[in-house]
Amino acid sequence: MRKELQKYFRNDKLPHIWCPGCGHGIITGAVIRAIDNLNLEQSKICIVSGIGCSSRAPGYMNFNTLHTTHGRALAFATGIKMANHDLKVIVLTGDGDCSAIGGNHFIHAARRNIDITTIVFNNSIYGMTSGQYSPMTPKGAFATTAPYGNIDRNFDLCKLGQSAGATYVARGTVYHVPQLIKLIEKALKHKGFSLIDVVDICPTYFGRRNKMGSPVIMMEKIREMSITAKTAAKLSPEELSGKIVIGEFCEEKAPEYTKEYNKIIKKAQGGNQNG
Amino acid sequence: MIEKNIKILINEKACKKCGLCIAFCPTKVYASEGGKPLIVNLSACTNCKLCELRCPDYAIIVGGEDIE
Repeated sequence: MRKELQKYFRNDKLPHIWCPGCGHGIITGAVIRAIDNLNLEQSKICIVSGIGCSSRAPGYMNFNTLHTTHGRALAFATGIKMANHDLKVIVLTGDGDCSAIGGNHFIHAARRNIDITTIVFNNSIYGMTSGQYSPMTPKGAFATTAPYGNIDRNFDLCKLGQSAGATYVARGTVYHVPQLIKLIEKALKHKGFSLIDVVDICPTYFGRRNKMGSPVIMMEKIREMSITAKTAAKLSPEELSGKIVIGEFCEEKAPEYTKEYNKIIKKAQGGNQNG
Repeated sequence: MIEKNIKILINEKACKKCGLCIAFCPTKVYASEGGKPLIVNLSACTNCKLCELRCPDYAIIVGGEDIE
């Protein structure tokens, strides 16, 4: 590891326990590089995770960190941000953690437009518990709980985030890392709820169960399936099936939750009624 | 052409042999040696750092005089 990045890691905890070729290490590295590029102060950052392989990430990262209960990372993060508005709060969560058990927290954090950056390690499977299907598992894919193939329809977390009110929404992949770092930088600079859905690989449970062969083949698949949001806008739903649309989906300005809350405090304390 | 002075450092202890660096190097700098990357074509390296960014185990550093 590069010397200048070492201070962002708990080096005594490395090497991490993620499997060979697991994309979680790539995403964690991208988050660290984005923070370094923006020169953010380490003590002013709080990283929160839920439960799952992905949620081990904060354990390796040398910031204020919280490893919380399953699906509740955003609930804890909301509390942290409300208590200390100065902190840059980053949530690292898995696809199961965020879209299934934490689905409601996700919707309401987005709805409130609270200034939290959420990065979803979306590897299409519950990896830590040996490969049950998650809401993000593609239709037809195999999992330990879908031995004959998943019959659930495909689910788009970015669309959910956008319609719930998130004001910065983008998707990156573990193949397109330079782009991913830029997207994370933008999300970190954004004032309001930002979501980055990162298409990730789980070679051990998703890869083996779906006979994909190796991390390299899984990455090649991501490369083949990825198209930019601009190109996707010109395609029909049929042409879009089986594609991963990457890039930015929305960037809006809206009242931020802690700022609105401060106004209420002021009002309650008899300050400026309009302020 | 400007003379390149590119160095690649590989931490063999950290490497888990996933093969991503070898497979996706745009200029085929690496060959596989029992799954680990072996630098076979350093002169082709363009210092793009994609291998460093894609290494899940932070085992590669690519750069010039800035790295040790």
